[in-house]
Amino acid sequence: MTHHYIPNVQEIRGQMLREIDIASIDELFADIPSDVRLKHKLKLPAPMSELEVRRQIKSMLSKNKPFTKMPTFLGGGTWPHHVPSHVRSIIQRAEFLTSYTPYQAEVSQGVLQALFEFQSMICELVGLEVANASMYDWATALGEAALMCARITERRKFVVPETISQERLFVLQNYARGPAVRVVKVGYDDRTGQLDLSQLRAELDKDTAGVYIENPSYLGFLETQVDEIADVAHRVGAKFVVGVNPVSLGILKAPGDYGADIVVGEGQPLGNPVSFGGPALGIFACRSEDKLIRQLPGRLIGMTETVDGTTRGYAMVLQTREQHIRRERATSNICSNEALCAIAAAIYMASLGPTGFRKLAETCAANAEYAMKRLWTVDGLEVPIFDSPHFNEFTLRCTKPGVTVEKFNKKLLEQGVHGGKPIKKEFPELDEAALICTTELHTKESIDELVEAASRALEGSK
Amino acid sequence: MSFCQARWARGGCLEPSIFELSRPGRRGAGFPKKLIARIKIPEKLLRGSLRLPELSEPEVVRHYTRLSQMNYGVDMVFYPIGSCTMKYNPKICEELAALDEAVFLHPDQDESTVQGALELMYRLERCLSEIGGVSKTCLHPSAGAHGELLGMLLVRAYHSSKGENRFEVVVPDSAHGTNFASAAMAGFRVVVVPSNDRGRVDLEALRSAVSGRTAALALTNPNTLGLFEDEISEIAKTVHEAGGLLYYDGANMNGILGKVRPGDMGFDIVHFNLHKTFSTPHGGGGPGAGPVGVVQKLERFLPVPTVEYDGRRNSYYLDYDRPESIGKIRSFYGSFGVLVKAYTYILIMGAEGLGEATEAAVLNANYVMRKVREVPGFEVKFDGPCKHEVVFSAEPLKRETGVTARDVAKRLLDYGIHAPTYYFPPIVPEALMVEPTETEPKEELDRFIAAMKEISEDARSVPEKLWSAPSATAIGRLDETKASRSPILSWRMYENRARR
Repeated sequence: MTHHYIPNVQEIRGQMLREIDIASIDELFADIPSDVRLKHKLKLPAPMSELEVRRQIKSMLSKNKPFTKMPTFLGGGTWPHHVPSHVRSIIQRAEFLTSYTPYQAEVSQGVLQALFEFQSMICELVGLEVANASMYDWATALGEAALMCARITERRKFVVPETISQERLFVLQNYARGPAVRVVKVGYDDRTGQLDLSQLRAELDKDTAGVYIENPSYLGFLETQVDEIADVAHRVGAKFVVGVNPVSLGILKAPGDYGADIVVGEGQPLGNPVSFGGPALGIFACRSEDKLIRQLPGRLIGMTETVDGTTRGYAMVLQTREQHIRRERATSNICSNEALCAIAAAIYMASLGPTGFRKLAETCAANAEYAMKRLWTVDGLEVPIFDSPHFNEFTLRCTKPGVTVEKFNKKLLEQGVHGGKPIKKEFPELDEAALICTTELHTKESIDELVEAASRALEGSK
Repeated sequence: MSFCQARWARGGCLEPSIFELSRPGRRGAGFPKKLIARIKIPEKLLRGSLRLPELSEPEVVRHYTRLSQMNYGVDMVFYPIGSCTMKYNPKICEELAALDEAVFLHPDQDESTVQGALELMYRLERCLSEIGGVSKTCLHPSAGAHGELLGMLLVRAYHSSKGENRFEVVVPDSAHGTNFASAAMAGFRVVVVPSNDRGRVDLEALRSAVSGRTAALALTNPNTLGLFEDEISEIAKTVHEAGGLLYYDGANMNGILGKVRPGDMGFDIVHFNLHKTFSTPHGGGGPGAGPVGVVQKLERFLPVPTVEYDGRRNSYYLDYDRPESIGKIRSFYGSFGVLVKAYTYILIMGAEGLGEATEAAVLNANYVMRKVREVPGFEVKFDGPCKHEVVFSAEPLKRETGVTARDVAKRLLDYGIHAPTYYFPPIVPEALMVEPTETEPKEELDRFIAAMKEISEDARSVPEKLWSAPSATAIGRLDETKASRSPILSWRMYENRARR
C-alpha cells in the first residue's frame, strides 16, 4: 500500500511510466551499478502509523524531566525564558515554516521583511547599524567573527578572555584552524574576574586581528573596563568583538556605544525555547563600514524598491560574498541558517517593546541579586566567587571539605531542585564551583526552595 | 487555474515596517511582577534609551500574519526548487518536537533527567548510520554546509594523525557552492575537476588531479544534474589509492535512499540534510540539521560529546572521554528540535516508506524531464534517466526569443508555482533545475508542464509579458543591483540615510 505522504499511488505511477515509455521503476535505477547497490532492506524500525509513533515518542520523551517540573538554575549559553503564545503560533504558520530561503523576493516578502525587522531590532539592542539574518549559534558566530577580523586586518591573532565558555573556545579553535588564526587567552583578576589589562596590553601587537570579550561574561559578572579594552584594542589596529546575552541589553549599555566593531551572541532567549540546546540563533552585527559589511558572513536582507521605483520591498543583498556565487572565495560557507528562530526573535522583541524588554532584563537581574543575597547566608557556600556586578548569572563555590559540586548538585536534585552547571572541569582553579542562572521564570518561592535545599544539602554532609 | 498572491499594500509599500506601526505607550507583553531585590549594577554600565517598536499583541499578530501571507510555502504551492528537496513536512513532527518534554529541556541537565532525549538521539544516530552505510554519526552540525565543514576538519585530523600533509580537496565543477567554500574554510586548496560529456566526473581528469597532495574528494551523488555517478567505484578507487578520503554531500540523497548507500559506494564521510531528505521544514532558510556519518577509522575524531548506551545500567549517557576528538563545532549537541522531527519522520516511513519515497520522487522527476524536454525551447543536455531532479537548459528559448531561464522562473511564480533553481549548476547554460519530490501528485506535475508549454508559446508571441513577470505576486521584480550597491540593512540605517 502506498504511504500516505505519497499522492501518486501504484496505479498512477504505472500510468506515468507508460506515458514516458519506461517499462518499470527499476529501469530508472538501472544506472546504479549492481556491486554498490543495497542488497538488503534497511534495518530500521518497522513503519508505524501516526498514532503508534505519537505513542512511542511521547513515551520516550516522558522519561525526561522538563525544567518546568523542578526549579532549575541552568543557563551558561542557553537560557530558559517565557515564550509568549503568539510567538509560537505565528512561527508555526505554514507560510513561514514551510518556505525555503527567500531567493525569489517576489514571493518571499514575508520572510524577507520579517528578517529585515529582526536585523533592525538587533541593531537597536546592540547599538550598531548592521546585523545579518542569523548564524547557527553564538559559538559559530564567534568563530566567523574571528575569521572576519583576520580577513579585514590581514592579521592572524585573535585574543580571548580566559573566562570564555570552554564550548565556545573549542568551536572558535576549530573555525580558526583552517586559516591558521592563533587563538590566545588573556587571564583575569582572581578577586573580581575582570580581564587583566596589563596582560592584554602585553599580548597585543601588530599581528592582532581582534580582541574578544563577553559581557556579561560566561561566569556571570560584568566587564567594567570595557572602554579601556576597546581603546587598547583599537590602538594596535585590532577589531573589538563583544559577545552578549541579548536579554542583558534591556538594561546594559549597548556594545556599539562602548566601541565594539562586531557584536555576536546567542539569540535563543529572544522568543525561542531552550529545546535541549538547539536549534539556537547566532547573532552577528557590525559597524556600518563598507570594509566590514563586504566581509560579513551569512545572509543579509536589504531594503530596496521595485525596478519601476514605485514600491518599497526587501531582497537578499550582497550575495556575491556568498558560497553559491563566490565558491571557495566566499566570506563563509554558511547556507541554511536559523531564519525561523530569527523571525521568532523579531516577533518577541516587537512584542516586548522598550518597556517590556527593560522589565525582562530587570527581573532577571533582580532575581539573581536575590538569589546571591540568600545563598550568601548558607553555611558552606561562597557566593558569588567574583567581587563584581552581575547580570542574571553568578558563580558559587562549595567550601565545605569533602563536598564536591557534583555531590552538592545531587543532593539538590534529590530534593527536587536542579542546581547550576558545574564548571570545575572548565575552571579547575575555581575549585568546587557551579554557574547559577535566574530568569523571569524564577519566582521568589523557587529561589527560596533552592536556598533551603542548599542548606539541607550542606548540613547533611557534615 | 488563475492565481494571485496576497498583497497587503498601502501607499508606496506593502505592509509598513514594524517601526512605522509603533505608537508610544503600547506594549505586546506584560511583566506584572515587582522586582524582588534591588539591582546593584553601577550607573556607568547601564544604557539610556532602548528603541524597540511599541505595539499591542493584536497589532503584532496582524503585522506578522500579513507578512506571512506574502510568502510561498510548500503547504500552499508546488515548490520544485532543485537540490532543496521541498517535500511535504508532516504535522505530527511539529507536534512532537513542541512537547514540553522536548522544548523545556536544558542541555546541562543531569543525565538522569534527560534519558528520553538521549535515547531519541541515540536511536536516530543508529538509523542514520544504517541509512548512510556508515559506522557512526555525529548529530551536531546545524546545516548541510556546517556538516561539510565538520567533514573537512575530520579529513584534516585523519591525515595529520598519520603525519601526512595533504592540502588539496578535489571538487567537481558541477558541485554545490558550499563544497568549495567548506574546503577553503578548513584550510584546503580547492582543485576543480571538469565533468565529461555524460555530465559525470571525468575519470581521466580526476586521475590526473589526484596526488599525494589530495586530502579528499567531495562529491554529490546523484550529482547536481540529477545524474548518478555510475563510475563511482572507479572514482572511489582512484581517490583511495592516492591516499585521499571520499566526502559525500548528502543534499541529493532523496534520489537514492534505500537503493544504494554512500558507505557502500566507498564514501568515508557522509552528511545528511535532515531538512531535505528527512522532511524537517526549511523555515524560510533554517533551522536545518546536517549530521555527519563516518566509517570506523574516523570515529575517534568525531566531536564531543557522543551519545552512548550503557547496557549494564540500561541508560544513555554523553561521552566526552574521546581523546582524539576534534573538539566541537557548535554549542551543545545539535539542533535537538530538528532531530525529533527527523526521527519521527523515519519512524513513520520505515524502510518501506523511505524506499517508496525515493521511487516516487525519481519517477516524478523523470516524468517532468520527459514531458518538458518535448516543449520547444527547453532541452536536457544529457541522456538517460535522472534521479530526484532534472536540469533543463533554456538556451534554445533564449536564442530563439530572448527570454532567459530567469524570465521563465519568474513567470512560473505567476502560476502559483515556486521558481526552480536557475543558473545552477553553472556548467549548463540557462539552467533550470527542477526537483518535484515524491509528495507532488501527477496533476500538479501536469499543471507545471502545461505552464512550461504556455511560457514557451508566450515567449514567441508576447515576450514582454515574460520580461516583466511576475505580476500576480505580492510585488514585482526588485532592484537587487541597487540594493547591493548601497545596502540598507536595518531601519536605523534607513533613517540615518534619510537624515543625511
